[in-house]
Amino acid sequence: MKNFLNPYLGSFFLCSALILIGILSGDPYLMTVLTFAGLNALSALSLSLLMGLAGQISLGHNGFYGLGAYLSAIFFLHLKIPVILSILLSAGIASLFSIFLAIPALRLKGHYLAVATLAFGEIVYLLLNEWGPGGPSGFGNIPRISLGSFVLSSSQAYLILIWSLFFIFFVFSLNLSKSTYGKTLKALHNSEIALKTLGINLFTLKLKIFALSAFITALSGALYAHYVTFLSPATFSVFYSILILMMVMIGGLHNLWGAILGALFITFLPEILRVFKEYDILIYGTILTLGLLFFRKGLVYPFERLIYGSYSGSKKSQ
Amino acid sequence: MEIFLQFFLSGVTVGAIYALIALGFNIVYNTTSILNLAQGEFVVLGGLFMWLFFQKMELPYYISFFLTLLTAGIFAFLMERLTIKPLLKTGDPLLLILITIAFSILLKGLLMFIFGKDPYGYPPLLEGMPILLGGAVIQKQVLVILAFILLTMIFLYFFFNKTILGKAMKACAFDQVAAQLMGINISRMVMLSFVLSGIFAALAGILITPITFMEYDRGAILTIKAFTASILGGLGSIWGAIAGGFILGIAENLVAGYIHSGLKDAISLVLLLIMLLLKPAGLFQKEEEVRLKKL
Repeated sequence: MKNFLNPYLGSFFLCSALILIGILSGDPYLMTVLTFAGLNALSALSLSLLMGLAGQISLGHNGFYGLGAYLSAIFFLHLKIPVILSILLSAGIASLFSIFLAIPALRLKGHYLAVATLAFGEIVYLLLNEWGPGGPSGFGNIPRISLGSFVLSSSQAYLILIWSLFFIFFVFSLNLSKSTYGKTLKALHNSEIALKTLGINLFTLKLKIFALSAFITALSGALYAHYVTFLSPATFSVFYSILILMMVMIGGLHNLWGAILGALFITFLPEILRVFKEYDILIYGTILTLGLLFFRKGLVYPFERLIYGSYSGSKKSQ
Repeated sequence: MEIFLQFFLSGVTVGAIYALIALGFNIVYNTTSILNLAQGEFVVLGGLFMWLFFQKMELPYYISFFLTLLTAGIFAFLMERLTIKPLLKTGDPLLLILITIAFSILLKGLLMFIFGKDPYGYPPLLEGMPILLGGAVIQKQVLVILAFILLTMIFLYFFFNKTILGKAMKACAFDQVAAQLMGINISRMVMLSFVLSGIFAALAGILITPITFMEYDRGAILTIKAFTASILGGLGSIWGAIAGGFILGIAENLVAGYIHSGLKDAISLVLLLIMLLLKPAGLFQKEEEVRLKKL
């Protein structure tokens, strides 16, 4: 039982369980939803690193998600770069754009940073709308992921790939938060002035965490492009940023586990609410409102209490 | 020149709408430092309920007008009491922003449930042909909107500077603890600011529906525009909100007319980013004044 509480083993079991549930059910609908939950979990994880760990707000992650998806598709279709390379390349290039968020983050905090990042995401969205292939209606025929002659085509394969990647990045994030760098980021969250007095370069610190967060989100976007094989700008509007922000907050901001729980919850909720037809938006809004009101520390908090007793909420995330 | 004038006047029309919504936005921000992202939904609520009272139930214009404002006030009151009040103690600005987003989804769902997905409209207050102004056309309803903005400005100016209640609300924004020590009931002021902003948003909805029609899912985009306008002018500044609204509307229409219609929305965002980087306090506020408020 004790081993089960280890976050590494725990996340391994959770990711494997989700993959197994999807494959064993054999239900293509469930597999699709689970795969989307995995993509969302990746994005939510990147936002959790940025907000929970480093205390920086971003409402512009839809921009990175969109850049990742569009760049990867365009690299393959127009430059004939192999898919795997184009995914990595697009995530890398998208993360270069994080400088547009890191610069405002040097001067702005709270609401103002939220607005500046929102403007970045909106500009990317508008550019995709205007100059992206196919304009507002988007484009298709994006190839599946392939290596040589081996093509990843079944939905089972994507389910496995995406949740495995999530597991890798989750472990990476856990290690990161324990490292010296992670502790510096936590200090950034608590007191910038203290860090400054210690002679730490805030700009490179912020730039790095924004770049990392952007990389993971863009990767998730690129995977989305090659999984769905069709892109339209509507997917990458500011509502995507709000969606993953909601996942992180509902799941629990102070703990990386919140990203998984939030992503699963927010991805499955609208699917479950389909049965209510026209009432779905109303019920969705009510559940989100109640969730924020009554689970202020996130869905992860009851689990923390269960595992660590009532005093500790932060032990697991540290 | 005629073309320029036409673009300019269209800009004024749109800008007036943004300005009116941004005003309500700033009332809440001014008292509580909360960004109420449900503002756009209250605009939709105003338009749709006005249609219900005025067109469907065929009540006289003025009665429907006041009934709509009353409805918006009640909804805003419920929103504040049920969602903002319990979370205000936590003092977490992110949580407070998100709860307004969550509530806006709830409200959107409710409006869709009541009114369905169709767009609704009704005749404007002043009917008749649009006015010709040096070769350009301006709708009469725009003049009504401008008149209402003027009235609102005068009202807000006197309210925040001359009345005890308004001054108390302003005090809450600057320093809640000090305000409380002076015997100001913070909770009531927060409630009042939400009710006022809900009413102003509904007023905007009532006025713009004859021009643009209204449907249940228009709220989010209106919120974003009003938000941009507020930032341009400086969050919390009443004059700034109005100037920001007009600048935004005019810039959008000039860019759409002269450069490229697809860049219409981009220009406002570029303006916004430049503003944030050079002068985060906005065009019409002093940096020191903003620093006094909690950010």
